[in-house]
Amino acid sequence: MSLNEFFSNMNLLPWLVPVGPLLAFFIIMLVTNRARMVPATSEEYGGHHPDYEGMPVPVVNDWGRVASIVVGMAGVLAAWLISLMVVGNAFGTEHLGETVYGSSVPWLATGTTSFNMGVLVDPLTTVMLVMVPLACTMIFIYSIGYMAHDPRQARFFALISLFAGAMLTLVVADNLLLLFVGWEVMGLCSYLLIGFWYEKESAYKAAIKAFTTTRVADVIMLLGIAYLYAETGTLSFREILYNEEVLHHLATTPAILLGGLGFSVAGLIGVFLIIGTIGKSAQFPLHVWLPDAMEGPTPVSAMIHAAAMVSAGIYAIIRMYPLFEAGGNPHHGEFTTPLLLMAIVGSFTAIFAATIAVAQNDVKRVLAYSTISQLGFMMAALGIGAYIAAAFHLITHAFFKALLFMASGSVIHGMEHGEHHVHAHAHNHDDDHLALPSPTARALPETVSGEHHDAAIGDEAGEGMPAEAHAHVESHAEHPHEAHPHFDPQDMMNMGGLRKTMPVTFWTFLIGGLSLAGLPLVTAGFWSKDEILADAFYGLSNGYGPHALVFVLLALAAFLTAFYTMRQLGLTFMGEPRTEEARHASLGRGVVSATMTLPLIILAFFAVFAGYVGVPPEFPVFGAIFSPEHNPFHHFVKYTLLPEMQAEAPPFNWIPVLTSFVVALGGIALGYVVYWRRPLQAGEVDPLVRALGPVHPVLRNKYYLDELYGAVFVAPSKAVASFVSGVVDRGLIDGILHTIARVGVWIGDLFKNLNTWLIDGVGDSIPEMIAVFGAWFRRIQTGRVQQYLLLVAIAAILIALIFAASSGMLVQAAP
Amino acid sequence: MTIFGIDVLSFLVVAPAVAALIVLLLPKQRDVARWAALGFSVVIGALCVVVFFNYDRTQAGYQMVSQVPWFALIGASWHVGIDGISATMVLLTGILFPLAILISFEVDERVNMHMALLLFFETGLLGVFVALDMMIFFLFYELSLVPMYFIIDQWGGPNRKYASTKFFIYSVGGSLGMLLATQLIGWTAGTFDIPALTQAWPTFTGDNGTFLGIGIETVKALAFLGFFVAFCIKVPVWPFHTWLPDAHGEAPTAGSMLLAGVMLKLGAYGFLRLTIPLFPDVWVAPINILGVIQTNWAGIFAFLAMLSIVLGAFAAFAQNDIKRLVAYSSVNHMGFVAMGIAVAALAYGQNFMEATTEHMQSAIIATNGAVMQMFNHGLSSAAMFLLAGAIYHKTHTRDLTQYGGFWVKAPIYGAIFIFTSMASLGLPGLNGFVSEFLVVRGSWPVYTGLTALAMIGLLFTGGYILKGIRAVLHGPFNLKWRDYDLEIELREVVAIAPLLVLMLVTGIVPNWILPIINDSVTRLFGG
Repeated sequence: MSLNEFFSNMNLLPWLVPVGPLLAFFIIMLVTNRARMVPATSEEYGGHHPDYEGMPVPVVNDWGRVASIVVGMAGVLAAWLISLMVVGNAFGTEHLGETVYGSSVPWLATGTTSFNMGVLVDPLTTVMLVMVPLACTMIFIYSIGYMAHDPRQARFFALISLFAGAMLTLVVADNLLLLFVGWEVMGLCSYLLIGFWYEKESAYKAAIKAFTTTRVADVIMLLGIAYLYAETGTLSFREILYNEEVLHHLATTPAILLGGLGFSVAGLIGVFLIIGTIGKSAQFPLHVWLPDAMEGPTPVSAMIHAAAMVSAGIYAIIRMYPLFEAGGNPHHGEFTTPLLLMAIVGSFTAIFAATIAVAQNDVKRVLAYSTISQLGFMMAALGIGAYIAAAFHLITHAFFKALLFMASGSVIHGMEHGEHHVHAHAHNHDDDHLALPSPTARALPETVSGEHHDAAIGDEAGEGMPAEAHAHVESHAEHPHEAHPHFDPQDMMNMGGLRKTMPVTFWTFLIGGLSLAGLPLVTAGFWSKDEILADAFYGLSNGYGPHALVFVLLALAAFLTAFYTMRQLGLTFMGEPRTEEARHASLGRGVVSATMTLPLIILAFFAVFAGYVGVPPEFPVFGAIFSPEHNPFHHFVKYTLLPEMQAEAPPFNWIPVLTSFVVALGGIALGYVVYWRRPLQAGEVDPLVRALGPVHPVLRNKYYLDELYGAVFVAPSKAVASFVSGVVDRGLIDGILHTIARVGVWIGDLFKNLNTWLIDGVGDSIPEMIAVFGAWFRRIQTGRVQQYLLLVAIAAILIALIFAASSGMLVQAAP
Repeated sequence: MTIFGIDVLSFLVVAPAVAALIVLLLPKQRDVARWAALGFSVVIGALCVVVFFNYDRTQAGYQMVSQVPWFALIGASWHVGIDGISATMVLLTGILFPLAILISFEVDERVNMHMALLLFFETGLLGVFVALDMMIFFLFYELSLVPMYFIIDQWGGPNRKYASTKFFIYSVGGSLGMLLATQLIGWTAGTFDIPALTQAWPTFTGDNGTFLGIGIETVKALAFLGFFVAFCIKVPVWPFHTWLPDAHGEAPTAGSMLLAGVMLKLGAYGFLRLTIPLFPDVWVAPINILGVIQTNWAGIFAFLAMLSIVLGAFAAFAQNDIKRLVAYSSVNHMGFVAMGIAVAALAYGQNFMEATTEHMQSAIIATNGAVMQMFNHGLSSAAMFLLAGAIYHKTHTRDLTQYGGFWVKAPIYGAIFIFTSMASLGLPGLNGFVSEFLVVRGSWPVYTGLTALAMIGLLFTGGYILKGIRAVLHGPFNLKWRDYDLEIELREVVAIAPLLVLMLVTGIVPNWILPIINDSVTRLFGG
């Protein structure tokens, strides 16, 4: 089969979607990732990396760095282009969903049948193929600048290529197993990328935490997959989900476990798969890994929080949606166990994470909890049957959250830059670096700009680097995880006033933030959230309990979202700088800063306009402009499912719209009043601390869940492990073996002693007796001939007598 | 197919032993012995590959069969042949030996003897995999112990005397019962021929249902136990596993690679070749434990398999010795093999006794998974031991707490280590996942609760793998090793590269090997 055939056949083309990034991964790993050795004290090896007393360490060489970036970019761009071809073709297909594109090949031999692997393009895949490659490409571009001074940038590009490839594999998969493959490979990538700065304790711990927490969910999901496969003999989405008979069978057969509790097969599988998503999409109670995941470089956070990882969890649920609905109908108030589980977990997580986000001071941590909260929105929407609204929110959220993370990365980058200046200033060594905003200093970021590379300066700048900076790196090295005991560039309390020095970042951050807050009418976030609330309200108006729960909790969460977003924006950008570092924060100019700002601008566009593809047609003015016939997004995506299952858009109602308005504007207004109108001054305490009183520490410490899990799960696991190894294996089993061995040895000794005393005793005494006899007998050997003759005569007589006696002569002679 | 007038399988069995003798007689120059051994093993390996690809999966029955009279007096003959399962094992053996010999280039003392023992070991292993006569099977099964005993005992780590003695006595003790069982069957049935016994023995009723005045049921149960215990020790199934961490821990790198890579498979292979076909009735005969639990041997075995998976993972998680950690991972992974075998035994037995086919499809998938897992574990455990040995060879410590941050000094080693660890962990896209998924799929409908419990083990597989990566690669570099060259050597890269390629290829295109297993397994279950 030629490559041409792949391009001309729309059933084959989807195979090529993930190929580019996957190939890029292998090419970078095997070919272009070439390093040269430099002393670890060299400025080329700065940043988060300890100095190791000048030990030679590998740093990617210039050729390898450029080639790796080129290969990585080529891979993701190829994926994007092929996705565009697929998407273009899909949009051009009437009623895509009733017909789909795809093909499959036998993959596993299972008896007389075989398991097929394949790709599928249906409406849901199509909308994901719009979002994922675009977001990935932006993240890749951003990484060029962001990682420009990392000694392992080539490896970074390899790993995010694999990450993107895995996500694309997951999106085009036509069966649950291939989806799971992509799912788990992403888990690996997130593990490796969260722990990218693996010398840092916080980084590798976060990486292990992420992998382990999601694995808890994944092994249960694996059971669900195995069960589904066992029950239906296939894992193909179309064969299971587009097939009334199979769904009916799954919904009516009692489950193999817990069947007594009323679980149907579909119910139990559904719960298993949802647990998988609870882990992957960081829902309560398995959300704990996501906030720590920001230990990785910021592009990774964008990848995890927006384009890939967490979206995959929600995508999987939307993908498998008919399975969860089987046996019920949320639009008529009939809820299956999986639906209820999603509604409850989702709405609870939405409000739960929002309350934590309110009390966080770390700029990325706020965003992390907002991600958890927004994913809760999607989960809750899925629980009440609003799967199209969930898909819509998934897409818009990916755009504005990728934007927010990268913008926050820029903020941190700028702060670290500012920190470097203050540091140089404090030591009063390089006057050029002092006078801000002097042209020299403004130009410096072009060469510096390594994130976390407070002292990692490019070649030219490095030559003039003050000795103290080296000293600083060294102290950094000894405590890689607490590099700046006095200064945290991610702490919003240290910021303030950044809008002046970082205008592009400010405006894009503002757009992303308002989209997250759901600013009515002009942001994408409003339209998608509004659709979820509209669906929830429609159920509520029919008197369905879960809809009511979802509506109330999500409305509250939306209010909190708007509030904490305004708080974040206010603390970061408004007022006057609260520290010297903030005063000097800047992104600089040049290629590095361009690659970091361009993606922000592009994503800001989508954060605003992506929402207009899903405007309800009845919506005044906007409906007439954007949805003259029908809601385009809704109309396109609904054909993913069987016609009987397609959800109709809820009838237009002013109450949810007004609710959206009130909570968004209310939260924004409150945040404005508290944090914008009178920005926080240096040394001032967050007004929230006083307002919340004793609640604040609880929120700030995330309800102490990490501590709880540590005590309840982690410590006991270690105890059980050492019990199994030490007591059971070494003590008990080996004890029994050793006892048997000892008994064996004891019996052996017993036999040995028996030998010595009894058998050897007999055996040994025979020769001994012979010797004794010999010694005694020797005495007759005197050497005198007469004596010998005498003895001979005696013997002759004796023999004669014996002979006579035995022959009977004596007897006859006798009378 | 014949070579030098000998049929190919017999040649495969004899050739390594002859090669061993030649190596032994070569001049006592290290490099001569090394390269000669490598050359021989490469040729034998190539022949194994040829045999594997010449095996025709569409044909029923054993292939490349050769049968010549050997010990006619007791009814034993030299009978060799392969089916899809043994072909896979022959391939695995053929692949691993050249790599292990390449790794044992690091041995400097008595090189000729070391290489000869390794080659001799290959004879033992291949002999078991191609044997179609129980006496031959037993002969090679025992023969394989001897070279490994000396390899551990002579070239092992500090605690090698204890480890080698435990390994040898435990294994011999286990196979004592097997010898008696083999004799019992052979004497009763009048033949040791495996294909013949597979047909005759399950339905054998003896003299009016008795043998020497003992009920035939009892005879069968005793014979079953003999095999069962011997193979359980070899696999090893919990609680018969404690010889393994010691033996693996102390063995030289090549020894560990082959022990974990091939030798453990003898046990699992024995279950599939002998215990399941010969004793379908015993596997499913009801057993009542304390009047509470109704089960049978298959159920007990599944339970032990679950314990192997879970407790093996926990024990691995607790280790601070890199080789012991990897060794315990074998207990964990071979637990999946055992689980698959338990499902196979149950379905095979039920089919034999009641002609039910309820679990047939599950059993086929589970058995496919078990055999596949044998192959996959052979690849990944050999690679893991290679990597553990590589780092031990350079630092002369196995203590994980002495390592730390090696990734910075050994980036290539780090990448390979993570790749191999992930294959071992069962990451989808690599080989281990395919077989584990098949086993889980196959055992879920049959042993639902046990499969669910086994997931705890799968979770902690992640735990100990990440612990290993963390201890070796992550964290600040331990400056104690500052002047050591920790990067993987070219020779080691060459040795591990085929394994890495196979792990990836098997993970992405498992059907290059699975149909060969599948067809034989399907026929086993009458499909």
